[in-house]
Amino acid sequence: MTHALELKGLRKNFGKTEIIRGIDLAVATGERIGVIGPNGAGKSTLFNLISGRLAPTSGEVLLNGQRVDGKKPFEINRLGLSRSFQITNIFPKLSVFENLRCGVLWSLGYRYTFLRFLSNLDDANERTEELLRQVGLEKKRDVHAVNLTYAEQRALEIGVTIAGGANVILLDEPTAGMSKTETAHFIALIKQVTVGKTLLTVEHDMGVVFGLADKIAVVVYGEVIAFDTPAAVRANARVQEAYLGSSVADAQGGGH
Amino acid sequence: MTTHQYYRFKPWNIGRYLIWSLFAIALIVAPLVFKSSLALTMLSQMGYLIIICLSYNILLGQGGMLSFGHAVYTGLGSFIAIHAMNLASKGGLPIPLVLIPLIGGLAGMFFAILLGFVTTKKSGTTFAMITLGIGELVASMALMFPGFFGGEGGITTDRVYGQPFFGITFGPQIQVYYLIAVYCFVCTGLMYAFTATPLGRILNAVRDNPERVEFIGYNTQRVRYFAFIISGFFAGIGGGLAAINFEIVNAADSLNAIRSGGYLLFTFLGGAIFFFGPIIGAVLLVFASVLLSELSKAWQLYFGLVFVFMVMFAPGGIASLIMMNLRVAKFGKFNRFWALYGGLLLAVIPVVIGAAALIEMIYHIQLNSALGPTLNFFGAALDTSGFGSWFGAVAILAVGLGVLEVVRRRFVRVWGHAQEEIEAEIKRREMA
Repeated sequence: MTHALELKGLRKNFGKTEIIRGIDLAVATGERIGVIGPNGAGKSTLFNLISGRLAPTSGEVLLNGQRVDGKKPFEINRLGLSRSFQITNIFPKLSVFENLRCGVLWSLGYRYTFLRFLSNLDDANERTEELLRQVGLEKKRDVHAVNLTYAEQRALEIGVTIAGGANVILLDEPTAGMSKTETAHFIALIKQVTVGKTLLTVEHDMGVVFGLADKIAVVVYGEVIAFDTPAAVRANARVQEAYLGSSVADAQGGGH
Repeated sequence: MTTHQYYRFKPWNIGRYLIWSLFAIALIVAPLVFKSSLALTMLSQMGYLIIICLSYNILLGQGGMLSFGHAVYTGLGSFIAIHAMNLASKGGLPIPLVLIPLIGGLAGMFFAILLGFVTTKKSGTTFAMITLGIGELVASMALMFPGFFGGEGGITTDRVYGQPFFGITFGPQIQVYYLIAVYCFVCTGLMYAFTATPLGRILNAVRDNPERVEFIGYNTQRVRYFAFIISGFFAGIGGGLAAINFEIVNAADSLNAIRSGGYLLFTFLGGAIFFFGPIIGAVLLVFASVLLSELSKAWQLYFGLVFVFMVMFAPGGIASLIMMNLRVAKFGKFNRFWALYGGLLLAVIPVVIGAAALIEMIYHIQLNSALGPTLNFFGAALDTSGFGSWFGAVAILAVGLGVLEVVRRRFVRVWGHAQEEIEAEIKRREMA
C-alpha cells in the first residue's frame, strides 16, 4: 500500500553541518504523528524539507507515492500537503474571511482568474463560511488579521492551513506560546478539523502530544531514534536516555 | 442558505451606485464649470494621470511592488500610440482615433510581458532595483534609436485624421477631454473590478506575506507577473491618451526616472492603501506641476517638503486621512475636532508664510541677485540685503512652529482618546 508520506534516507546539510542525518519514515494515510525532540534536533528543518521550503541534500520525499523532493512549495501544496508555521504566518492586512478564502481559492480551481468576482464564487464563499465556523472565528469575520489576539491568530493559521483541503497536514508547534487552558481548547480544535487527515505535529508539551498522536517520532540530532506508539515510546530506554528523561514520567504521572 | 446574501456581489447597491454616478457627473460637468483653456488642459491631464496612478497602485498599493520604472510602460505606450496615429493618418492602418489609447494599452501590456518577466522574478528591494535598472536602460536606449523615438525633438503627430467619428474630429481640446474622460471612467471601473477578483485578492496576499502564499498553492512570481502585465496595460492606455492630448512624445521627458518618480510620489501622496487614493494623487500632480510651477521656481522644493511631512505624519496618504476622519465622524466623535483643526490651520499659515519667505529669499539670492536685493512676495517687498526681512521671516516661522507644536500635541492626545473610545465601542458591539 502507498503511504501518505514517506521519507527515504533524507539528509540536509548546511555547509558542513549535517542537520538531518538520514531519516526514514513511513506515515500511513490517516495516521496522526507527533514529532518530538529537543531544541535544535531538526524538527522544523524536517518540516521545511517535506513542504518544499528547503531542498534536501539527498534522499527522497514521497507524498501519496509521488516524489516531491526538490519541488516548489506551491507545487507540493497542490499535490495535497499543507503546513502551518511556528511563528504565526498569515495575511495581516486582510480580514479573517479574506485570509481563509485565499486558502480556499486554488483548490477550487479559481487560480489566477481576474474575470470573475470573488463574491460570486458560491462554492468558495460557502467553504470559507464553513471554515470560519470550524475555527470558531465567526465573530471576527471582518476583523483584520493583525488585530486578532494571539490565540485567534493561531486558530486562523490552522484555518488557512486546512482551507485548501489538503489531506496531509503539518503543524509546526501549533500551541507555542499558549496558556494551558488555551492549549487544551486548541488541541480539541485541531483534532476536530483534521478528522480523517494525515497529521504530523511538532509539539513541545509532552502531555499534549501523547494525547493527540497515534504514533510518536522522536528526532534527536537529525535522526529518528524511535517511531512507535506513545506507550512504546514512553517505555523506550533509548528515548528516555537521549531526550525525555523525567518528562515521560511526568506525562504519565500527570495522567494524560 | 441565509449566509448567501451576506457576501453576494451587489453592483447596484445604493452607495456604490451613488459614488460611481458622482464620479461620472464630475467628469462630465468639470469642463462646463471650469471653462478656461488652462482648466481644460489641466482636466485633460488629470484624466489620463488618474489612469496612470491607479495602474501604478496595482503594483504599489495592491501588490507591494515598489516600481521606479512605471514611465517605461506609459512612455512606450505613448510612442506606439503616436506611431499608430501617424500610420493611420497616412492610410497605412485603419484605426480610428478613439481606439488609439487601446493600441497604447496593448503596447504597454506587450512591454510588461517582455520586461516584467525578468522584473517580477524578485520581490522587495531587488524588484525595486530591477525596475530602476530597466527604466534607465529603456530611457538611454530610446536616445540610441532616433528613428523610432525621434531623438531630442521627439515624435509629433496630428490627431485630426480620417473621417470624423460621428461628426467628432477631436481637433478641439474639449473633444479630446471627453475622450479622455470616457477612458478614465471605464479604466477606473475596470481596475476597481480587478480588486474584487481572485487574482486581485491573492495579489493583496502576496503583498502581505509572499512566503505564506507559496504554501496555499500559488506561485508568487506568477501572481506578480500577471498583475504587472495588467498594470502595464492600463499604464499604456494612459500613455496613449497623453500622446493624443499633446500630439508629441519626447523620450527624454516621457521615459525617464523623474517621470516614474512623479507617479510614485503622487500615488503615495494620494494614498496607496485605498483604491481611490491615487485619484487624489493624480489631481494633485497636475496642480503641482501646472499651478505651483507658475507660482514659484522652487516648487519642487516645496513639494519635497510636503512629501517628507506626509511620509512622517500620514504614511497612508491623503486617502487614509480622509478615511480616518470619516471613521471618527461615523462614531459621532468629530465635533471635538473642529476647534483643533481650526487651530492647526491657523498655526500652519505662519509656518508656511515664514518658510516660504525664507526659501524665496534664498532662491532670489542664488538666481536673481542681478535684479537687485528686493523681491515681491505676495505683495510684500522683501529685502534680501537687510536684516529686517530675514529676521521677520524667521520670527514668523518660529512663532508658527511653536503654536503648531502646542496644537499638535493637544490634537494627538484628543485623537488618541477618540480612537480608544472607538475601539471600545467596536469591542462592545462584538460582544453584543
